Amino acid sequence: MSNQVKKVPTQHIVGFVLSLVLTALAVWTALGSDLSTAWIITIIMLLAVIQAGIQLVMFMHIVEPESQNGHVPWNMIFHGFVTAAIVVVGSLFVMVYGF
Amino acid sequence: MSLDEFFVTGEPLIYAGMVAIVLVTSAIIFLLTYFKKWGWLWREWLTTVDHKKIGIMYILSALAMLFRGGADALMMRVQLAFPDLNFLNTQHYNEIFTTHGTVMIIFMAMPFLIGLMNIVVPLQIGARDFAFPYVNALSFWSFFFGALLFNISFVIGGSPDAGWTSYTPLAGAAMSPGPGQNFYLLGLQLSGIGTLATGINLMVTILKMRAPGMKLFQMPIFTWSTLVTSFIIIFAFPILTVALALMTIDRIFGSQFFTLTGEGLPMMWANLFWMWGHPEVYIVILPAFGIFSEVIATFAKKQLFGYKAMVWSMILIAALSFLVWVHHFFTMGAGAFVNSVFSVSTMLIAVPTGVKIFNWLGTLYKSKIQFTTPMLWALAFIPSFVIGGVTGVMLGMAAADYQFHNSYFLVAHFHYVLIAGTVFACFAGLEYWYPKMFNHKLNEKFGKLSFWLFVIGFHVTFFPQYFLGLDGMPRRIFDIGPEWFTLNFISTIGAFGMGLGFAVFVFNIYYSYRTSQRETTGDSWDGRTLEWATPTPVPHYNFATQPTIRGLDAFVEMKKHNESTFDESKLEPIHMPNNTGQPFIMMALLFMSSFALVFEWMTLAILFLVGVIVMMVVRSFDEDEGHHVEVEEIKTTERQLRGL
Repeated sequence: MSNQVKKVPTQHIVGFVLSLVLTALAVWTALGSDLSTAWIITIIMLLAVIQAGIQLVMFMHIVEPESQNGHVPWNMIFHGFVTAAIVVVGSLFVMVYGF
Repeated sequence: MSLDEFFVTGEPLIYAGMVAIVLVTSAIIFLLTYFKKWGWLWREWLTTVDHKKIGIMYILSALAMLFRGGADALMMRVQLAFPDLNFLNTQHYNEIFTTHGTVMIIFMAMPFLIGLMNIVVPLQIGARDFAFPYVNALSFWSFFFGALLFNISFVIGGSPDAGWTSYTPLAGAAMSPGPGQNFYLLGLQLSGIGTLATGINLMVTILKMRAPGMKLFQMPIFTWSTLVTSFIIIFAFPILTVALALMTIDRIFGSQFFTLTGEGLPMMWANLFWMWGHPEVYIVILPAFGIFSEVIATFAKKQLFGYKAMVWSMILIAALSFLVWVHHFFTMGAGAFVNSVFSVSTMLIAVPTGVKIFNWLGTLYKSKIQFTTPMLWALAFIPSFVIGGVTGVMLGMAAADYQFHNSYFLVAHFHYVLIAGTVFACFAGLEYWYPKMFNHKLNEKFGKLSFWLFVIGFHVTFFPQYFLGLDGMPRRIFDIGPEWFTLNFISTIGAFGMGLGFAVFVFNIYYSYRTSQRETTGDSWDGRTLEWATPTPVPHYNFATQPTIRGLDAFVEMKKHNESTFDESKLEPIHMPNNTGQPFIMMALLFMSSFALVFEWMTLAILFLVGVIVMMVVRSFDEDEGHHVEVEEIKTTERQLRGL
């Protein structure tokens, strides 16, 4: 730990600024722009995917497999997707279709 | 805003509360000043990053919250003891059942268990601290200030009154105007940051910092339960964070997510709340299972029966906990197919839970049981929890649930699982690990007295409530009809028994501090796992040398081979983190920002939020690398503690 030379966490700062910019862009798309609802949803989805990518690369060390004993943490990513699927599909199943 | 809108006025009980707060605060300030302890408080506690001290602070706060939630409970029981009693009015009663539920789940059960995890898990896996000690301090202060924010609501601004589930549209801005509900939203949001961070912290600690040679399936069972719990925390808490944020935006900025007007979906709140809420009840029960497993194995003097089955059943419970949330609102009116699906998944949970019950019985079978106080709690847990579990399966049947829904049958059920499961485990765990924390055991005589008072009081309180539910008494009513009098009166007597049990427990802490014999070996109960291999009081670096693990119950092996965690030939300087006041300051600022947001004072809220961001920047460019404990210092400490 003590032999680390790099002092300014450039990657983190870039990631932080980029995520702020993307969030502001999403807010503007929803509240400030004159686009149709379909376009707004598409753009926000797209921004969300880019946002997730930035988080994974800049903060979550996904491009540094050596810190995971050579493994990319697919396990956790998989569980994240399963939970997201439960929330979305589950809510639709219970709240919208209702059977 | 005038002063009488800011403070709650017109309630004698609340005036008494205000006086008590002023008196206690002045007493604390006086004592700290008189004994010149302010520096000690800051250096030893407020700035500490030591997992053991943070754990103790968690447990102290949780005990204070248990007292507060318990006082709420006793007030409700007094009001319900006789028909037409005007001890509390409707509004006050609504506020009290809301704060009782929220405090007990969010600010008592979770912090108590997280406190025990803080102290025990690094010791059980042979680690010297958490993976991220700074974040650990941050988590504690976020919980502490979240709890503070929620608790001051009863004297400032008025308490939330929409139930701990806070269902919309009742909890929305239209039907609950004023700051009350905002206290709920922001108090939970603030402490939720800490819970999520602790989940990540514990998971990394357990996965990355185990002693050399310790495989996953050689970890002590409490550590396993913590690992599974942190998985649930990491995947469930973001759902609560988002739901709370949406309702906050609804209430403060006028959006329409959960409102009746503007295409809002009020039931979506219930849906999201229980998607977090059901995993949440397993967050508070799985660590309890872990504690009972440790206690039962230790005092039955045997290896835990069916260790692998225990672990897999916990994993299965965790997975199923994400698939049952609809059973909390079967009566919403989703179709028969939806209800059937969730009915079946609910009943499935009884299978792995049953496996665990039989494994505990298997551990006890033909063993020579030592009836210590922690063991008594564990033994009382098994039959009591089975009653709670079986009635849970009854509630899980969707068709029958239409009868039981929102009646006292439900109230009795969840108190049977949460008290017999979580609260018994908190007492058992605290008494079991007490000598490791404070260097002396709790007195057995008073321990047993508090156990019997509490357990008998518990059954007298809640068993009649099943029958009140079957007699049609709904939950959350403030006035009972005469036909429910007898059972309610019995229930109130039991509640005071529980209160007495808690009082004896607290007295026992004082009594044992004065009279108990101090520990000499560090192995107080002839333990089986690594935490008992350290000397007491545990030195701040925990292990002078890390042992090499060869199997389950590492300390049993070590005792057989006459090994210790102090091998002079292997000593090396130990790298430890420095204390820091940053987490305390950062969370204090976030607390003030949240407080301003509760009253919707936007400028002030933004100002404090900028302060929080400044603290984050300070942290980001912080180059504190910690310090090393030198070999000579380790030698002196260990020789003194081990009497060598």
